[in-house]
Amino acid sequence: MVQRRGSAMGRVSAGLGVVTAIVMAAALYMMFIYAPTDAVQGQPQRIFYIHVPIATIAFLSSFVLAVGGIGYLVRRSQRWDRLARASAEIGLIFTTLVLLTGSLWGRPIWGTWWTWDARLTTTLILWFIYLGYFMLRAYAGDADRAARYSAVLGIIGAIDVPIIYLSVDWWRTLHPGPVLFTSGGPAMPGSMFVTFMVSLLAFTLLYVWLMYQKYMIESVKDRVAERQFQLAERQAEIREGMAL
Amino acid sequence: MNALGKISAVAWKDVLTEVRTKELFAGMFVFAVLTIITFNFAFDLTGADRAASGSGALWVAFTFAGMLGLSRSIALERDRGSLDGLLLCPVDRGILYLGKLAGNLLFILVVEVIAVPIFGALYDLPVYRPLLLLALALGTLGFASVGTLFAVMAAGTQAREVLFPVLLFPLSVPVVISTVKAAELALSGQSGEAIPWLNLLVAFDLIFLSLAFLLFERVVEE
Amino acid sequence: MSEVQSPAPIVSRPHDLAEPRVPRVRAVAITKRFGNRMALRGVDLVVRPGERLALLGPNGAGKTTLLRILATLSRPTSGSLEIDGLPVERAALEARRRIGVVAHQPYLYEDLTAAENLRFYARMYDVPDPDQRIFEVLTLVGLDERRDDRVRSFSRGMQQRLALGRAILHRPSLLMLDEPDSGLDRGGMALLAGTVAEHAAAGGSTVITTHDLGFALGAVDRVLVLRAGRVTLRANALDLDVAGLDRALGFTR
Repeated sequence: MVQRRGSAMGRVSAGLGVVTAIVMAAALYMMFIYAPTDAVQGQPQRIFYIHVPIATIAFLSSFVLAVGGIGYLVRRSQRWDRLARASAEIGLIFTTLVLLTGSLWGRPIWGTWWTWDARLTTTLILWFIYLGYFMLRAYAGDADRAARYSAVLGIIGAIDVPIIYLSVDWWRTLHPGPVLFTSGGPAMPGSMFVTFMVSLLAFTLLYVWLMYQKYMIESVKDRVAERQFQLAERQAEIREGMAL
Repeated sequence: MNALGKISAVAWKDVLTEVRTKELFAGMFVFAVLTIITFNFAFDLTGADRAASGSGALWVAFTFAGMLGLSRSIALERDRGSLDGLLLCPVDRGILYLGKLAGNLLFILVVEVIAVPIFGALYDLPVYRPLLLLALALGTLGFASVGTLFAVMAAGTQAREVLFPVLLFPLSVPVVISTVKAAELALSGQSGEAIPWLNLLVAFDLIFLSLAFLLFERVVEE
Repeated sequence: MSEVQSPAPIVSRPHDLAEPRVPRVRAVAITKRFGNRMALRGVDLVVRPGERLALLGPNGAGKTTLLRILATLSRPTSGSLEIDGLPVERAALEARRRIGVVAHQPYLYEDLTAAENLRFYARMYDVPDPDQRIFEVLTLVGLDERRDDRVRSFSRGMQQRLALGRAILHRPSLLMLDEPDSGLDRGGMALLAGTVAEHAAAGGSTVITTHDLGFALGAVDRVLVLRAGRVTLRANALDLDVAGLDRALGFTR
């Protein structure tokens, strides 16, 4: 399934890429130009349109990772592990971005680079879970062990994240309250809401597109490794044939 | 023999070994007490709100001591090859997990039973409150459940000492928060408010004990 | 203690004799891959009841890997395995009940006594009438005197003898011995040969890996040579001599 220009896969990928670019362009326009300036927070509030969608994707990634892990443990096929690996890498990047945009947003609003509120704290812990995932893969030895161990970590991590959030939330909360959905409709003017939804769509498409690319790259990597392995096998067989 | 019998057989074997060598207990106990004492120099544990910082110090001490015990216990089993001996037995891997967990839990709890009164005496805190002890027990169970699973996993890698805490700490955040909060509330006489935290601990324990029980097989198969 | 006139089989369950046609081990197309290394490249193996098989091969040929797979300690990358007709994939627990293993590590707990070690394994294997059986086994391996001594105080030969006792404690129908001659003293070797013979007579089967070709030819019925993860020779022990084996193993031309 190598992407060749003109192949079905290549067309899907290109099509998806184009759609993503268009929606992202629209989102960027809307968040910086179309959406009104917030009365309370001023211009920095616009980071919200990036920060929250990216956060959604970061957490979604951990869920996809767990699904990949379950798939691998049940089916023992490399495809599921590829899904998990791809989602982990994108998840780590997005989580890092959440933390950065959160800091950038927080500084002008709250005066500090960091607050220990529930959402940001949970994101920070998620970041360390992703880090642990990659460390585990690096030190686990052969491919099967790495996939198995990280699948277990992914499953436990994904189920733990909501519990972490709950515990931190009970413990302390400073984050702006539910801005989107309070009883009686969204607590923000229509134009802001629309901007947010478009941005969420844009980043979701970006995630899907990135996942697709990453999955394909991992797929090619796996097949190259497999080819090399088979080549080595063939050479070993020839050697043995000569010896016997 | 039923599952419970086999779980207790595995745990008993570990307990017997530990009673004879005292390899784990001495290290864990000294570590825990030293941590508690050191915290006094790092934070003010003599002031009026020492219930809060004291609970934190106590739980951190038990966490570190617990990790020491968990990783050493698993390492001993793996290094001597006796893990294979266990895997040869016609016993469900989940049962083996529960057996190891029971043994580990016992060791940590013994350390806690002795360290808590010492802590109470050093910092003049009323530690003989049932809710405090319940919080510590539930927290230890949660920590040990996930810890036993990841100790075995980390022991199968090349960087076990580093990997084990890196994996365990983030995942056990709910346990830390809930146990310390519940302990603090119990120590400062607000027992009623500790209940939600205890509920969270119970939920955590149930969920992750079950998960670890199911997933252990996949960690030890080769 | 009752007077036993004809000694009950020390090693195997008598009822196994009723099923002579079900092979003790049937391994088909076993492969094992570790990352980029192929340890076993398609091994077929059948061991019949009462048969003793030696697995020979140079270091790195895959003997221990194969033995671990047969002992259910390791999963094959592909291929199927049946123990006493039981597919290991689905009936792993029941299969394990029928297997006894003596490996390089004794699987013993050094700070427990000999008797305590056996009592632990007796509980794990659901051995009926454990105290009686433990006594039988300790007597057989000549360690009854030391039953209450910690294993740490045992010599390597004694530990291997206790390991053998641990392996036959639950009366397995399949014994697997990974280089048993490496740790045993002379008395232990005689004990081993006797145990394997008795086991075979009662219908049990044994798979032995070893480097000692003379020992192998003397103790077994059939020989399998593994080289680079493949079976290169299957023969009856009677048809072979040490020189021939040396050639088959690639040690001489």
